[in-house]
Amino acid sequence: MKTTRLTTCANWFLDRFPLTKLWNEHMAHYYAPKNFNFWYFFGSLALMVLVNQILTGILLTMNYKPDAQLAFDSVEYIMRDVNWGWLVRYMHSTGASAFFIVIYLHMFRGLIYGSYKHPRELIWIFGMLLFLALMAEAFMGYLLPWGQMSYWGAQVIISLFSAIPIVGDDLSLWIRGDYVVSDATLNRFFAFHVIAVPLALVMLVFLHIVALHEVGSNNPDGVEIKKYKDKEGIPLDGIPFHPYYTVKDLVGVGVFLIFFATIIFYLPEVGGFFLEADNFVPADPMKTPEHIAPLWYFTPFYAILRAVPDKFAGVIAMFGSIAVLFLLPWLDRSPVKSVRYRGSIFKKALALFVVSFVALGYLGTQPATPSATQFARFFSLIYFGFFLLMPIYTRWEKAKPVPSRLTKPLSAVELIPALRAALNEMTVAAPIQGHQSHTFIGSEFRRKPNPEGIRNVLVRLAKKIKASFD
Amino acid sequence: MNNEGVDESKRQFLTSALTVVGAVGTGYLAVPFLAQMQPSVKTMAAGAPVQVDISKMESGQLLRVAWRGKPVWVLNRTPAALETLKSLDSQLSDPLSNDSIQPANSKNPVRSIKPEIFVTLGLCTHLGCSPTFRPEIAPNDLGPDWKGGFFCPCHGSRFDLAGRVYSGVPAPTNLEIPPYEYLTDTLILIGDEGKGAKA
Repeated sequence: MKTTRLTTCANWFLDRFPLTKLWNEHMAHYYAPKNFNFWYFFGSLALMVLVNQILTGILLTMNYKPDAQLAFDSVEYIMRDVNWGWLVRYMHSTGASAFFIVIYLHMFRGLIYGSYKHPRELIWIFGMLLFLALMAEAFMGYLLPWGQMSYWGAQVIISLFSAIPIVGDDLSLWIRGDYVVSDATLNRFFAFHVIAVPLALVMLVFLHIVALHEVGSNNPDGVEIKKYKDKEGIPLDGIPFHPYYTVKDLVGVGVFLIFFATIIFYLPEVGGFFLEADNFVPADPMKTPEHIAPLWYFTPFYAILRAVPDKFAGVIAMFGSIAVLFLLPWLDRSPVKSVRYRGSIFKKALALFVVSFVALGYLGTQPATPSATQFARFFSLIYFGFFLLMPIYTRWEKAKPVPSRLTKPLSAVELIPALRAALNEMTVAAPIQGHQSHTFIGSEFRRKPNPEGIRNVLVRLAKKIKASFD
Repeated sequence: MNNEGVDESKRQFLTSALTVVGAVGTGYLAVPFLAQMQPSVKTMAAGAPVQVDISKMESGQLLRVAWRGKPVWVLNRTPAALETLKSLDSQLSDPLSNDSIQPANSKNPVRSIKPEIFVTLGLCTHLGCSPTFRPEIAPNDLGPDWKGGFFCPCHGSRFDLAGRVYSGVPAPTNLEIPPYEYLTDTLILIGDEGKGAKA
């Protein structure tokens, strides 16, 4: 081959930088299990949302003023007068909520398929540190618009630290840099939000991925694919990340962007869940809004805080509810990773945990009435019970035999006849009237619901769900 | 690397000594870095006391003033309100204010210098929200036992009209009372801690 000037340049570069090696190690020759399902979209989506936050964040800092006198107005200025400012700000605010949706689903994936278990404990720890950094990032970012919710939310969360005995008051004073949340607080939160925490996030993402690529990805079967390799040392059940999963993830990105764009363009506030109504009122240190609640992604932990009647114990419970997640790899004593081969106790415990997490999330958005507090206490007990009793019930349970190789998932092509059969059972052919019989509509569309068939299908579905818990 | 003829223990000592010196240096540098985030001199100086004229206050009225950026309430309590305070002791967690913060001259059952004029910091002792003033008796949302007081919307803490906290709520102590004094019969100075205001 004739060496062109371009290849000469490329060779000059490749002689000095291991680009090919990096590309092969992490993309072209990184072998991932071939049975990833939709739960495996959320890691790459989280990375994309991080990029979105960084890009829109840089644009926002060009017009935002981190000053208690100017901050609120500068956000309104971005929304009204800066070219496309509304779009960039909505991308950033929606991106924050999207980040948590994606991360919660990503963590749940780890939970159901045992991705935190040996040898992936460190990936889980890095991931939890990422989650902590993300919560700090979101909390400090929320102060910046300097609305009522920004102000009082920060006041409450910083006061949490004052509950710590002896050093608490000095610590919260140090965090605020003033006796109340003020300009000093806003300015330092801006610094943390824009440079300190994002740097930590990017570094942790790097560590998370390096640790993952060292031990290899888990999969829905929880089977180690490295056990069976071909002559060249390539896992038999593995496929190269690029192009197989880069292309698959692009589909995930497409679907995600449909939802993301819909929210940005049609309901950026999501009824107060992504942007709270009280935050459109400038911060007033004299008056707390009638009902204050954090944004939805903090509400489960906030509900746990409120459920405890003692100040210090409440703070301990709230931080404990996050700390306990770090211990997950050591709390789970089951020999089996994936929920597919776990016993019934774990599946039921997991279902209870999901219900309690969602319920706590809902209760955290509601005012603290006595009955709501009782419910919050009940669900907090389930939340902690799921983790703290795990060493006991995961040892009890009878796991099913795990296959040595990956199982083949049901493909869409195989699903269609089953769905069609169910549809046929749930409907009966309607009496055909003369003039309709000559239309082009297929026969299955001239059907009406069949109550008995619907009942049978539902009963079978319920039995199947029940059986899946055994 | 040729390690022949090297005094390993000397090398180890030098490495350790250098590590210690480096750690001490880093520690010294950490002091200004961390202290930098403490309240600045300007912030500390901003805690000047404020004067409140109460001559025009009506019975039952609540006045809100800002001191050091915090809300301070001045409440002119009605005789009926003062009467109810006596009946609440059993429902309160610190009725005699033994564990709460207030100047010595306000450490009494009504928590004030003059019984009718109640001065307090308007921040919940739980997590620092500003409670709402709810003087009405037995409203729907607060239940039939409510005798008037302050309710914190954030986490449901309840205080009576002397800022004393009810038991069984998240707030640990009574509302904090700032130092204050009467300059004249109708003029209150809030925040002057004896001789010269201290931050």
